[in-house]
Amino acid sequence: MQVFDSGNVAAATSVKLARVQVVAAYPITPQTPLTEKLSQYVDSQVMDAEYVAVESEHSAMAVCIGASSAGARAFTATSSHGLLYMAEQLHWTAGARLPMVMCVVNRAVGAPFSIWNDQQDSISQRDCGWIQLYASDHQEILDTVIKAYRLSERICIPVMVCYDGYYLSHTYMPYRVPEQSAVDAFLPPYTYRHTLGPEKPTSLNTVTLPGGRTDIHGNFAPGYMELRESLDSEMKKAVAIYSEIDAEYLDIAGRGGDPIVQCYLCDDAEYVAVALGSMGRQLHDVADGLREEGIKIGVLSLAMFRPFPADILRAQLSGRKALIVFEKAFSPGQSGALRSELQAALYGEASQPELFNYILGLGGRSYSSVDFRSSIIESIQRKPGETGRCEEIGWIGLGR
Amino acid sequence: MTTSSVATEAAAVAAPVFSPKDFKSSLKPIWCPGCGDFGVLQGIYRALAAIGRPSHEIAFISGIGCSSRIPGYTTAYGFNSVHGRALPIAQGLKLANPDLLVLVAGGDGDGFSIGGGHVAHAIRRNQDLTYLVMDNQIYGLTKGQLSPTSRKGLHTVTSAYGSLENPVNPLMYVMGYGAAFVAQGTPADIPGLAAMIEEAIRFPGFAFVNIQSPCVTYGEPDQQIKVHKKVMKRLEDLGHDSSDRVQAFDRAQSYGSELLTGVFFRDPDPPPTYGSLIRARKQELMASAPRREDILDMFVQD
Ligand SMILES: Cc1ncc(C[n+]2csc(CCOP(=O)(O)OP(=O)(O)O)c2C)c(N)n1
Ligand code: SF4
Repeated sequence: MQVFDSGNVAAATSVKLARVQVVAAYPITPQTPLTEKLSQYVDSQVMDAEYVAVESEHSAMAVCIGASSAGARAFTATSSHGLLYMAEQLHWTAGARLPMVMCVVNRAVGAPFSIWNDQQDSISQRDCGWIQLYASDHQEILDTVIKAYRLSERICIPVMVCYDGYYLSHTYMPYRVPEQSAVDAFLPPYTYRHTLGPEKPTSLNTVTLPGGRTDIHGNFAPGYMELRESLDSEMKKAVAIYSEIDAEYLDIAGRGGDPIVQCYLCDDAEYVAVALGSMGRQLHDVADGLREEGIKIGVLSLAMFRPFPADILRAQLSGRKALIVFEKAFSPGQSGALRSELQAALYGEASQPELFNYILGLGGRSYSSVDFRSSIIESIQRKPGETGRCEEIGWIGLGR
Repeated sequence: MTTSSVATEAAAVAAPVFSPKDFKSSLKPIWCPGCGDFGVLQGIYRALAAIGRPSHEIAFISGIGCSSRIPGYTTAYGFNSVHGRALPIAQGLKLANPDLLVLVAGGDGDGFSIGGGHVAHAIRRNQDLTYLVMDNQIYGLTKGQLSPTSRKGLHTVTSAYGSLENPVNPLMYVMGYGAAFVAQGTPADIPGLAAMIEEAIRFPGFAFVNIQSPCVTYGEPDQQIKVHKKVMKRLEDLGHDSSDRVQAFDRAQSYGSELLTGVFFRDPDPPPTYGSLIRARKQELMASAPRREDILDMFVQD
């Protein structure tokens, strides 16, 4: 079925299709219409789930931790300060290896207070142990949430599905909605291996000593560090596993095939513009225009930021003349996180592209295709060897 | 500010006299027309004028919400902080500069959901703060979701078939934690509200004023100044004894069914404030501290 609606409604639709059982949420702009929709689905029994209108995001994540531990498929969504207020629980959820999906509707972080879009909220949580996926349009929001549940439940790591506030959350676009029966076949009911229940009383996540120990059977019991290492190694497997899941989704929905990176006009591209989220879509038009002028440019939209798909990026990007990385978040005192990580991934490659980093759109500062175009041209015109140093940032729209 | 220069022989500087206008900033409120917070703001201006301290000696801290915009509409120092964190920020501020008159403002969501945990501790710490909660029983800024003071059964965008949860009673809540000054007002009676806020500011210690401030956009149909005017009952007209904690508890139970205004409880023997306890402790330790020379002597052998 084809519908024409907002990105938030696309997200709510996917949560319904995923037959989520517990939703706990606290309103925050621009996430609010998503969770309001879910509350209405639950109240009108369109969704067979419980909705808890909790008193804060900290409690929203805590309710989801409880629900997931007891074996329910849980969901929450938030933005900006709401995500940061959850931070303690985010680390906990990942460490406890609880499957869960959360939508992060990207918004700037205060102070100063801003309700507009950028991606500082989710990027600042990149080290909390959650998988991070970014959608670049409404269709991707819907498809990604459904696939994210499969991924999360398969490897027991929670997943954030991030999408740009307003650009995607509040705009309307057409998108296709899969049949419930197809989603049911793709995403069977959730059965968690370590569910808390009266049949098998257990105490989870007790204090773990610094060293490993032998258990009562004389076997080595993993300690804190082994558990952390396993979070890393299991998360790294998510790149391949997500690709497999996406291939299955392609069968049921007829969409997919490029779940980790989406390359546009990249085959013969000498230059590649790289971005997360909705910027990727906007860059397509910019690339079309530059191609008409004879500039061999392509666009790589990154849909997975954690785990960082370094192998795929190396394969796609080494050997290009230059990469122009556009970001709506940065690490003060360094550069955009994506740029740093790309540079690290390409370090030591025989043929490393020059790297240029532009920061834009912070706190909702407007940007246009013209900005992308002029930044790309400016980068291309730099002499070979004049690569931006890793801490060099080009600011788009300052003083505007 | 107008200065009444009463020349005396000693040419003493006259005490400044303030009018409500002195506390009105040049920012124009962006609330919906008819929002109760307009009236609350008038009450605050009047109270501050009556208190008579210049704006630079006043700090006004709020959280996030429609009502949390209040500080920006006054000439006092202050800021919109983080949703739910107004009280601890105000406590830090007061500790760092005890001479400031510190006011705290926010909505029922800011104060009793996301920031609810702080209320108990602000009360038991008993710093000299005045906490004004604009209680409209809804999340206004985020456009009409269920709040902790929404009545059971209320239909909102997050409770399509009516809320199943019991509301918080803010008056009982703060009295339960031992608040020594508890009042309730409405912008339907601005002079009464102003007097109450003034009294709360003058009260030494943590003072709480719950203000039933109608949200005309997302609130229930009876959230209107004109309805409040009709239904409000002044505690003083009911013969209420505000020094009697038990009576105050008793009357506070009517929250949600009746609109009682006035001071519910004013401790006739206010407990010492945190600031005064700190000062007393310092003096006590200073008095009993050994002299420097005596400490040195302990390490020096004859
Ligand atoms: C951590 C965090 N979560 C959520 C929000 C979104 N938010 C802003 S104000 C508000 C509630 C507003 O209601 P209330 O505090 O009662 O004040 P009112 O607007 O009704 O005056 C919410 C949920 C936020 N700013 N920060
Ligand atoms: S939404 Fe309600 S509380 Fe907010 S300004 Fe409008 S009337 Fe006032």
